[in-house]
Amino acid sequence: MPMQVPWLIFLLPFLSFLMIGLVLRPFLPRYPRLAGYVTIGAVGISCALSFWVLGAVISSPGHMLPVDDIRWAVVGNLEMHIGVMVDSLTAVMVVVVTFISLMVQIYSQGYMKGDPGYMRYYAFMSLFTACMLGLVLANNILFMFVFWEGVGLGSYLLIGFWFHKPSAANAAKKAFIVTRFGDLGFLAAILILFATTGTFDTGEIYKLVAAGTLTGTTLTWVAIGIFAGACGKSAQFPLHVWLPDAMEGPTPVSALIHAATMVAAGVFLVARFYPIFSHSPEAMLVVAVIGAFTAIFAASIGFVMNDIKRVLAYSTISQLGYMMLGLGVGGVAIGIFHLFNHAFFKALLFLGAGSVNHSSGTFDMRLMGGLRKSMPWTYITFVIGSLSLAGIWPLAGFWSKDEILMNAFSNNPTLFVLALITVFMTAFYMFRAVFMTFHGEYKGGAPSEHGDHDEHPQGPHESPAVMVVPLVILAVMAVCSGWINVTGFFNGLFEGDVEGAVHKIGFLEGFFGTLTHPLPLASLLIALAGIFLAFAIYIKKWISAEKITNAVRPLYTLLSHKYYMDDLYENVIVKTFLYNGLFKLFAMFDTSVVDGTVNGTASAASSAGSALKKLQNGQTQVYAFTIALGVVAIAVVVYLFG
Amino acid sequence: MELNLHLLSLIIFLPVIGLAVIALLPKPGQKTVKWIALSATLASFIVSMYVFCMFDKSLVGHMQFTEKISWIPVINSYYSLGVDGISLPLVILTTFLGMVSILVSWKIELRPKEYFIWLLMLESSILGVFMSLDLVLFFLFWEVELIPMFFLISIWGSGRKEYAAYKYLIYTLTGSAFMLAGILCTYFITGTFDITALAGIQIGATFIPLELLFFLLIIGFCIKLPVFPFHTWLPDAHTNAPTAASVILAGALLKMGGYGIIRVCVSMMPQVAAQYAPVMCILAVVGIIYGAGVTLRQTDLKRLIAYSSVSHMGYVLLGIFALNQVALAGAVMQMFSHGIITGLLFAMVGLVYDKTHTRDLNNLRGLARQMPVIAVVFSIAGLASLGLPGTVGFVAEFIVFNGAFSSTTIPGMQVYALIGVLGIVLTSGYILWMLQRVFYEYPLEKYNHVGDADLVEKVSTFAFVAIIMLFGIYPAIMTDIINTGIMPIARLIGM
Repeated sequence: MPMQVPWLIFLLPFLSFLMIGLVLRPFLPRYPRLAGYVTIGAVGISCALSFWVLGAVISSPGHMLPVDDIRWAVVGNLEMHIGVMVDSLTAVMVVVVTFISLMVQIYSQGYMKGDPGYMRYYAFMSLFTACMLGLVLANNILFMFVFWEGVGLGSYLLIGFWFHKPSAANAAKKAFIVTRFGDLGFLAAILILFATTGTFDTGEIYKLVAAGTLTGTTLTWVAIGIFAGACGKSAQFPLHVWLPDAMEGPTPVSALIHAATMVAAGVFLVARFYPIFSHSPEAMLVVAVIGAFTAIFAASIGFVMNDIKRVLAYSTISQLGYMMLGLGVGGVAIGIFHLFNHAFFKALLFLGAGSVNHSSGTFDMRLMGGLRKSMPWTYITFVIGSLSLAGIWPLAGFWSKDEILMNAFSNNPTLFVLALITVFMTAFYMFRAVFMTFHGEYKGGAPSEHGDHDEHPQGPHESPAVMVVPLVILAVMAVCSGWINVTGFFNGLFEGDVEGAVHKIGFLEGFFGTLTHPLPLASLLIALAGIFLAFAIYIKKWISAEKITNAVRPLYTLLSHKYYMDDLYENVIVKTFLYNGLFKLFAMFDTSVVDGTVNGTASAASSAGSALKKLQNGQTQVYAFTIALGVVAIAVVVYLFG
Repeated sequence: MELNLHLLSLIIFLPVIGLAVIALLPKPGQKTVKWIALSATLASFIVSMYVFCMFDKSLVGHMQFTEKISWIPVINSYYSLGVDGISLPLVILTTFLGMVSILVSWKIELRPKEYFIWLLMLESSILGVFMSLDLVLFFLFWEVELIPMFFLISIWGSGRKEYAAYKYLIYTLTGSAFMLAGILCTYFITGTFDITALAGIQIGATFIPLELLFFLLIIGFCIKLPVFPFHTWLPDAHTNAPTAASVILAGALLKMGGYGIIRVCVSMMPQVAAQYAPVMCILAVVGIIYGAGVTLRQTDLKRLIAYSSVSHMGYVLLGIFALNQVALAGAVMQMFSHGIITGLLFAMVGLVYDKTHTRDLNNLRGLARQMPVIAVVFSIAGLASLGLPGTVGFVAEFIVFNGAFSSTTIPGMQVYALIGVLGIVLTSGYILWMLQRVFYEYPLEKYNHVGDADLVEKVSTFAFVAIIMLFGIYPAIMTDIINTGIMPIARLIGM
């Protein structure tokens, strides 16, 4: 495979962005669909090239291709390079990113049809895809940071896509600032890393860690800093608050950026610098604990949300926590395997929610119901996605979730229990959503201002083929993508030895054999129990939802206020402590003390001037008198002290 | 140099020729004045670009394109010019901003003849400061700059323009008085005004403690940069100045301070600089955080950008007094980057003000629908200001942070660097808040009639955007040149 291929994967979407933004602009008002075609074409070719790269990595020894590097800028000892690195992690990531992006772009053809910002939408989508690919392809931490910020920009622009809505503009700003807060840690880690090792290069860093040059507390701080950045992007506690608000963006954006790719970038980042983490037990513990805690924490909020996108958003936060847990207790392959599966089924669920919105005009599940009759394709695919997310055998989610549980069990029993409880909660809130949305009676949708679109045809209806086909493709992936590791192929790819791994166990043996082990069986039963509880409450109504709510009113209030985290951050810290506290103090200090001194000095000088001016009155007698007075004074002084 | 075409003199005096022509023409029409001013500044810009391209990047630590003519022999003073890696970026910056400021002023109707005369004089004097190699000449240009700026603010300004103009004048003159004393002391000690000869000169015991000399010289530069707590003239001057004056003031004038600190104070007395570096670094980080905090409280668009300059100039000071090769180069890069970015921000504020007649953030909303081009360009400038990668703002800040953090000369430097890094979150806070206030949310009906940028405005602002992107994506064009200027100083300070 020529070395230009990885570069092209990144450059094609970037060129598409430039084309739409600069070249095609004059034609777009007349042919807006051109923007969509250009993007789909570019991402489609990128996707094909990504599969080529994946093939090349699988067949190459050690699953690693040579690195390509160009000098970018040099200042003293600060040497900055830009280059690509292709190993199994990169190859899997480019496939995920380009594939999901392609599905989303195709789907958007239907979803965004007629939107006045159609071409802007595709320009931003291209830019985002390019930055995301740049992030996973970069061979050094500096350029990872560059594209890391780039995807943050893409996310900002697309959350705020309908910028005329104050809620969207607020959400965009919040997302950018909260993630940037985490980026402080990332940037600090880069600075520490460079000050200690003198390099940004990922490969060099691997070597230095392996050789024991980079060790001790420095290593731990670097790891914690990187993880802080990852927490911001991957919406881990306590920086998770931006992701639910990010649902203000168009739904395909949520599917691509806030479910499958960008939010997973934090997980990718930890995986990319896994050698640093694995040499620091403290850092590993932090990753695992934050991951497990976030998983259960976000799932609990997902229980009470009535907006289908918010349920999915909290579910995403929860699942990202799962991936972190996987990295913390298992390894790169474990965490990334869940990322890989999650990308498909979560993108599917979001696109399904978009399809539902397209039809009903709302995201509020209380206004839906009964949609399974009018939207059979959306219904079936959504159920498949939910089953996969809940971890039902033999769907994709089952396999990766199972591995995380297994590793947690052998490493940290406390976290294992948390993870197991999360399994139950996940199954419950997903099927709560399924039953509220698709079963029962249709409750009439919503007034049009509630949804993404301004106008809606009357009555619920199935979405057009251009939206349904991506759903079906993703549903197939949500079923099958987990099978790739039934034989241990995926783990082998990451451990650098596919050949050695795949012959240990046959496909069918692994496929059915897993059910003979107690742990997978237990987690499967727990998930089924969660589904059954949802069934009992929302379909059979054996238990009344209101009664439960009333019984645990304080808890319900706490959950529906998202543990008051937003209030703490926005009202207490930002508004009260900073804006009306510290910064107000600064501003007052600036006017009264700093500038006051300046103006005070000036007016003192000016009054001294006016006082002195009176002496210069031009009357010779006064001058003579003063001189005489002076002479006498000198004479007295000389007489007394001389 | 081999073939001396007096290119540097040409760069300085082309605007002067322009102003002479304007002054001598009897009753020139408005259009004529503007075209003459534009041609003069364009010519100056073209010559400076030629110098930029012909600059020899392999010659480390040499002044290039030098000119030296005896000027006042009795005190050993010369008309001596030259550029190196430190001054060249600032020269390019000034010629560019000088040219664009003419375009920005294209709609000036009040006494255009005088206005453009002052504007051209302003450009010449700043260019003179950056290229002088003789302290007397340096001081002369330094002082000349005050006159045009004073008139530009007090006549074409708005609001409390007289107050702002006087404050600017007196504040700067106070600093200059100390500087003049410092320059004279330097002469009496060393017997020379030659800036290149003074760099790294060994000064033995003298009649005046070196620390005192250092502070005499630096105080004027600190006022100009400005360094906290000498910054309060800046928001007043900016808020009340006409747009073009703000562009030049923020873009080029402030850099005279940073340039002076590097060229005069640090080069001449590196040991004293090292001794006082911790103090200066503390002032720098205070400026960064405090400046950003005050910025967040502003509701006047222009005042907001002005205070953000206080914060951003903190990075320059931090870069200088980290006293390390990388950080110093970062400081020069940051001066260039801030000049372009903030120049553009002020130009955009001017456009918004021209069209809506308000700068009050409480009265602005949703303009992105009514002026999409302005919204896009303003957003790019804002994103560059908050240091987004892909823009020159990121490159400069990253180099400063990296150099400062790796610096081993100053104890506790890592802490200062990290506090500086904290500033970028506050920056994103006020920039994004401002953009949201001005451009997003529901459009206001009262601005339905306002137009978007016209052709002249598009040309000038797109030029800024091109530079922001160019040096953000391929900074080596600039850093390679800066390196040649920084290396000799780095040797002096032992890094």
